[in-house]
Amino acid sequence: MARKQIHLGVHFPGVNNTTVWTEPDSGSQIDFASFEHLARRAEDAKLDFFFLAEGLRLREHKGAIHDLDVVGRPDTLPLLAALAAVTDRIGLAGTINTTFNEPWDLARQFATLDVLSGGRAAWNLVTSSDAFTGENFRRGGYLPYAERYARAGEVVDVARALWDSWDDDAVAADADAGQFLRPGSVRPVDHHGAHVDAEGTFTTPRGPQGHPVLFQAGDSADGRDFAAATADVVFSMHSTFDAGRTFYDDVKGRLATYGRSRDSLKILPATTVVLGDTADEAAERARIIRRQQVSPQTAIAFLEQVWGVDLTAYDAEGPLPDVEPDVDGANITRGRVRHIKDPRPVVAQWRELAAAHGWSIRELVIQVTSRGGFVGTAAQVADEIDRYVQEDASDGFILVPHLTPHGLDDVLDTVVPLLQERGSFRTEYSGTTLRDHLGLAHPDLARGLRPAAVAG
Amino acid sequence: MSPHAPNNLTALHGPTALHLGVDLTDAGAHPAAWRTSGSQAARLFDVDRLVALVATAQRGRLDFVAFDDGFSLQPHERGVRGRLDAALVASRLAPRSAGIGLVATVDTTHTEPFHVSKALATIDHVSSGRAAWQVAWSTEQAAASAFGRKAPRDAADAIEQADEAADVVGRLWDSWEDDAEIRDVATGRFVDRDKLHHVDYEGIRFAVKGPSITPRPPQGRPPVVVRADEDGEIELAGRRADVVRVHARTLEEARDKRTQVHDAARAAGRDPRDVIVLVDVFVVLAQQEAAAESRLWLLQDLEGVEWQTDSLTHVGTPAALAETVAQWVNAGAVDGFHVRPASLSTDLDLFVDEVVPALQEAGLFRTEYPGSTLRDTLGLHRPANVYAAATA
Repeated sequence: MARKQIHLGVHFPGVNNTTVWTEPDSGSQIDFASFEHLARRAEDAKLDFFFLAEGLRLREHKGAIHDLDVVGRPDTLPLLAALAAVTDRIGLAGTINTTFNEPWDLARQFATLDVLSGGRAAWNLVTSSDAFTGENFRRGGYLPYAERYARAGEVVDVARALWDSWDDDAVAADADAGQFLRPGSVRPVDHHGAHVDAEGTFTTPRGPQGHPVLFQAGDSADGRDFAAATADVVFSMHSTFDAGRTFYDDVKGRLATYGRSRDSLKILPATTVVLGDTADEAAERARIIRRQQVSPQTAIAFLEQVWGVDLTAYDAEGPLPDVEPDVDGANITRGRVRHIKDPRPVVAQWRELAAAHGWSIRELVIQVTSRGGFVGTAAQVADEIDRYVQEDASDGFILVPHLTPHGLDDVLDTVVPLLQERGSFRTEYSGTTLRDHLGLAHPDLARGLRPAAVAG
Repeated sequence: MSPHAPNNLTALHGPTALHLGVDLTDAGAHPAAWRTSGSQAARLFDVDRLVALVATAQRGRLDFVAFDDGFSLQPHERGVRGRLDAALVASRLAPRSAGIGLVATVDTTHTEPFHVSKALATIDHVSSGRAAWQVAWSTEQAAASAFGRKAPRDAADAIEQADEAADVVGRLWDSWEDDAEIRDVATGRFVDRDKLHHVDYEGIRFAVKGPSITPRPPQGRPPVVVRADEDGEIELAGRRADVVRVHARTLEEARDKRTQVHDAARAAGRDPRDVIVLVDVFVVLAQQEAAAESRLWLLQDLEGVEWQTDSLTHVGTPAALAETVAQWVNAGAVDGFHVRPASLSTDLDLFVDEVVPALQEAGLFRTEYPGSTLRDTLGLHRPANVYAAATA
């Protein structure tokens, strides 16, 4: 039996403290050259896709714009369209929020990206019920939390109906007959639902993929069901082996309910890689990177999110604050989800941890925010990545670098060739579309239809 | 004397005074253009066709290429039907072109100004300062039905909303000062938060908090293009536009429109010299006038009805078109033209290879781009940031 094939994407360094900007060779977060470098290097290594995240409001902390992390990013879809000009095969994936967009506009943008890129578009669908972000939009924060997936589901349904309203071969350009479109090949859509009304004849030709690949990242039970019902790829945060397997089993187990095969949904956790010539050297590099990611100011700001009060008087290299948290100070940071409802047990646990290990504030924050990731020699990391995939802890990974734009050069140069030698990763692209790379069927085939047979 | 430059082609204003844009929408301005041989109609949505058209326009050192857009399918059953999103097309064409401006039409009636702002800012970033926004609005039932819940707007209402949208989009471009990113290792600060601004826009139709998520575009503000003929449109252009497209059939009519735009700019407290007025010109070209007329007859024959244009229409030789361009510009009636080739596959090449050299040899048109940004090409200064001015 052939080896299970690994799928790999690269994540452009994000707008958060994972991205280290203090290094001399940390490059621009906005110059096109940075995006082009990462996308082209990833394509040279035959990776599945390039990924760009989105955040629609600058974060605020203590009533002012958070200034410690990288800030500023391009608009997702125009940036991916520009990358289509400088790459040929790599998939182009980006996050777009369903709450602050309408499906008619989204469907034509993704169809356009798919046409312009020759079938390489992917949409990471996220939802928001966040009134803070809503302040940037005319519709505001009107969406109740419980309805965000209901709206997202309806947005996807309408988008797919719009993509399906044009046949693959609708453009006939029959000059003699004077018919630009094949008669009957473009059909009106008439949708009136709880969240969306969309009626009329869609404007944009169907892309080579039929439907762009759909990513989804929600981790709640609702989110997992949404993924099992709707998504092609799950962008997972479960990057340790055991948590990965549990998540993998859970989500893949939900697919049968929706009449889908286990192969029709790929689970790709985000992860980081730190390499060294020896395991010790890699561990030392990882330790240095963690300290860069958690500056003294970042450590204090992180604690303030939990304590809910100003802690700038404390020394990040000193012991934890002796003041008690403000239970009602939940909104000290806005624009980022606060997972902690009652800070007191968290503070108690951290005090115990810090006392037991002799950790400073900064060391504690480094430890409690650590998400693991792969640390070792190239051979060790290749072994581990392959083990995760062969043993069904994931179908591959989305690699998140800590430096822009060179942060993954070493991984692409040294780890990927080892995966190729093992026969676990492609040495050439076998197809032209992202669906081809991911082994996903064209949506018409998935429904048991040949594309040419989808008649009007 | 070059064969391209007849004696009556002279420059009164020098080569920076003339601006020429070209419309790359569909297969050309004539509804039957896609049915002519060589139109590559089957490749209408093939990006390589568009890349080649942009390269041609760039070879002619034209100011910009422009892409129309809209949320409803073209109703004309025998014409081209189907559109790609113009902003994404412009962005896709940016990395492999240089010098030439990229004008994307983006609607304001059914979109969010926050999204429009960062889309145009991003095209400007990926093109190193060659983006422009043609502000569009929509009064059609079809576009309203596509989005639901909103009744179609009348023109006056849609234009007022476009005015608000253009205002807030400009403020969002300014919401990052140029030097907001500081990377100050000593204090751990990536940005100077005093140089990031909430726009706190409270309009009649929407409120936008800001700041943008995208740093200020290379041009500061990408140029704003407005099509203006009616009074409300001209007022909007006077307030918001850097480039105004007008329709005029005669030199006198063009001069009158340009004066109206200048008056509107003055009324809005702006210097009229900051506003470039271009006349739409439909062109059917051939080396002999009779051949150009034959080309038009062929198009008419395919279409079955007479071609109705609403602005200057040139059916004739490249030399005669160069003369008209020179005459109108030298008379001070216009700042240039928005060229609408009847058929892109034929008329764009003839325009770039015959009309442009005639104008260049007469000293009327640039032979190289003067700088790297579209504002450089248009001779427009990079605007000051309204927020920096407020805090300076």
